[in-house]
Amino acid sequence: MIEVKGVNKSFGDLDVLKGINAVFEPGRVNLIIGQSGSGKSVLAKCIVGLHEVNTGEILYDGRNFTRMNRNERKEVRKEIGMLFQGSALFDSLTVEENVMFPLSMFTKMSKEEMRERANFCLDRVNLTNRNHLLPAECSGGMQKRIGIARAIAMNPKYLFCDEPNSGLDPRTSIVIDNLIKEITYEYNMTTIVITHDMNSVIEIGDHILFIYDGEKWWEGSKEEILKTDNPEINDFVYAAEFMKQLKGKLGS
Amino acid sequence: MKVIFNIGRYFIMLKYVFSRPEKFRIYKNRIFDEIEIIGINSIPIVALLSVFMGAVITLQTAANMDSPLLPVETVGYITRQSTILEFSPTIISLILAGKIGSNIASEVGTMRVTEQIDALEIMGVNSLGYLVLPKVVAGLITFPVIVILSMVLSILGGLLAAVQSGLCSQNDYIKGLRYYFYESDVTYGLIKPFFFAFIITTVASFYGYYTKGGALDVGRSSTQAVVYSSITILLTNYFLTQLILL
Repeated sequence: MIEVKGVNKSFGDLDVLKGINAVFEPGRVNLIIGQSGSGKSVLAKCIVGLHEVNTGEILYDGRNFTRMNRNERKEVRKEIGMLFQGSALFDSLTVEENVMFPLSMFTKMSKEEMRERANFCLDRVNLTNRNHLLPAECSGGMQKRIGIARAIAMNPKYLFCDEPNSGLDPRTSIVIDNLIKEITYEYNMTTIVITHDMNSVIEIGDHILFIYDGEKWWEGSKEEILKTDNPEINDFVYAAEFMKQLKGKLGS
Repeated sequence: MKVIFNIGRYFIMLKYVFSRPEKFRIYKNRIFDEIEIIGINSIPIVALLSVFMGAVITLQTAANMDSPLLPVETVGYITRQSTILEFSPTIISLILAGKIGSNIASEVGTMRVTEQIDALEIMGVNSLGYLVLPKVVAGLITFPVIVILSMVLSILGGLLAAVQSGLCSQNDYIKGLRYYFYESDVTYGLIKPFFFAFIITTVASFYGYYTKGGALDVGRSSTQAVVYSSITILLTNYFLTQLILL
């Protein structure tokens, strides 16, 4: 479980996060949604420690991450898997080497064991016989799947996905969404997905946090977000014509 | 203010670069990779430049020696001294600051803007140690070797130019090479590349690592890396010369 308590973050005079409180429980997909520039990516980066918070606390299963020193944080980070918006695969390494990378850094596995684990993770994301390709030779959807395989290689307790569907076609987006959902349930991970894709909200949103202008504006399930009367949320959720029609049907 | 901020940040970066590596085996493999990139891949350009540099020094010296009181062997002597003391250690390092410095800054900068460095940090890897330390070690190993190679090729280039132009015979040139030869001159010439290797690899990594933005900013970082490492090399060269020779 990840707890966020009263987190404030500013860059110079600009207050990006204003007293955010949230609890992300394991075994379900937690979504952080909001418009571009609302502060959702900054919140995620604060949670994983890529940005330092100004005030507030972040707790990983009760362990206060904000008060930890560099070495203590490194230990927590070994329990974190992260899928980046642009996949962030290492260009010079092959698909297999990318997945094996965290294993080679932090385990005492033999090369054969690491290869076995990498193949297992790649199989899990439905990527077989692509081990020797370079990331540049893979499609966007494949890169995301490799990113997920790398993120789960160390059996993480916490999984972060930063806009996992950006740049993907709707069909591939659903595949990636379902993969994230299946892996979360299978390994009982605390998963946090940052997105502004409404398809993802409807597809996998067990618990949704709506960020508006750096504040936690709303929190609930995917069923609740479709029925809420909150104008800011409605502006966001029903921005597309298709969603407006859906709302009409739900209303009737 | 920004200069002071950057100097402070640079030294803080060095602290993390030299912190204990996670796994020596991985670092060892990375050092070998970097030796290839920084050292072996630089040999062709260094060889070409050195031969022509030596040849031009010889021609210039021979062509400008008007006084009949100066023995013709002086050509070999001046070529040797210029090459060992300045041209091979300093000029070659300045050229490598352009080649290697821009390469390092753009590589690390691209890793920064494509979130690969964030990925390393999230995994719990000391990204500065993992990325920069192997480059520094590879630079410290390869630069002196490259400079020795440059010295040899430059002197040979001078010999070729002297003989081919007929300005100085082979015997006279070699005789000049042996004039007042002090081993300390070579030592001086080989101390400098250690400093320059350190400067190029760390300054370029610094500008790459702290790149913010996108492709344009990577290009900007790459330029800054070359400019600032060149300036630092020139300043260090001046102080080292004063410190060692005087």
